Amino acid sequence: MISDNLSTYLIISLLLFCLGIYGMIRHRSFIGMLISSEFILNGASLNFMAFNRFVAPNPAVGQIFALFIMGLAAAESAVIVSIVLMVYNRYRSIDPDKVHDLKH
Amino acid sequence: MIGYRLLTEAVFVIFIIFIFSGGLVAVSARYLMNAVLGLALSLLGVAGLYFQLGSPFLALMQTLIYVGAVCVIIAFGIMVGPKPKHVEEKRLMGRRNIILASSAAASGFILFLVTIIDAAWIPARSGTRDFSVTFLGENLLNQFCLPFELISLLLLTAIVGALIIANIGREGNSP
Repeated sequence: MISDNLSTYLIISLLLFCLGIYGMIRHRSFIGMLISSEFILNGASLNFMAFNRFVAPNPAVGQIFALFIMGLAAAESAVIVSIVLMVYNRYRSIDPDKVHDLKH
Repeated sequence: MIGYRLLTEAVFVIFIIFIFSGGLVAVSARYLMNAVLGLALSLLGVAGLYFQLGSPFLALMQTLIYVGAVCVIIAFGIMVGPKPKHVEEKRLMGRRNIILASSAAASGFILFLVTIIDAAWIPARSGTRDFSVTFLGENLLNQFCLPFELISLLLLTAIVGALIIANIGREGNSP
């Protein structure tokens, strides 16, 4: 049965990770990149949960790590949204290509 | 009995469909608001997978924190931020970008897929199979007490930092 197999979950989380990479390169705005980074984080925490279920001796470790990833993601998205608002107020754009004052 | 197992598999497949349909919407949507809705659908599917992995508590937290909080924050960021036409005009910019993105994603996919297929995972011999919230809470307050406190500190810092940064960005308030 496919729902009782470690590789299934690993492949699902791998696909989530690749979706995140794809979206992060393709999206032309900071918010789109933030959305894609959520996919990468979810792929990672699904991986932790899968290993926790099938391999780990202590079933609390993976759950705690996934909880920490969730907290970190919440903090990260709050900070990023406020940075995006600041960038938009200053540059009138959320295109990463237009925000290049530190590049030159 | 076999009927129940088939039902479990069917629900599993439905969750996978949730995840990937939402994910495809999120990475390829024309408008950012559609991308957030795709993200919410996908995260709901991941919560379903947590449920199948034996942890209803994590599924609940995923729904509460990700679907409830993170998606709402991002939606607020879109609403108070730029106007839709600003976002939309460069949405589908160039084929080069799509080729670059898909080649990066595909090469990562192949690399990790080979690793997953090659590896032989050995299940742990001993240990409890206790997925209850009680066991989780005991571990969180005994063995993982320091990270638990650290993450509360981090959340506080992030909230204060986000407020200060958002305040700097306002008109007439720049440093």
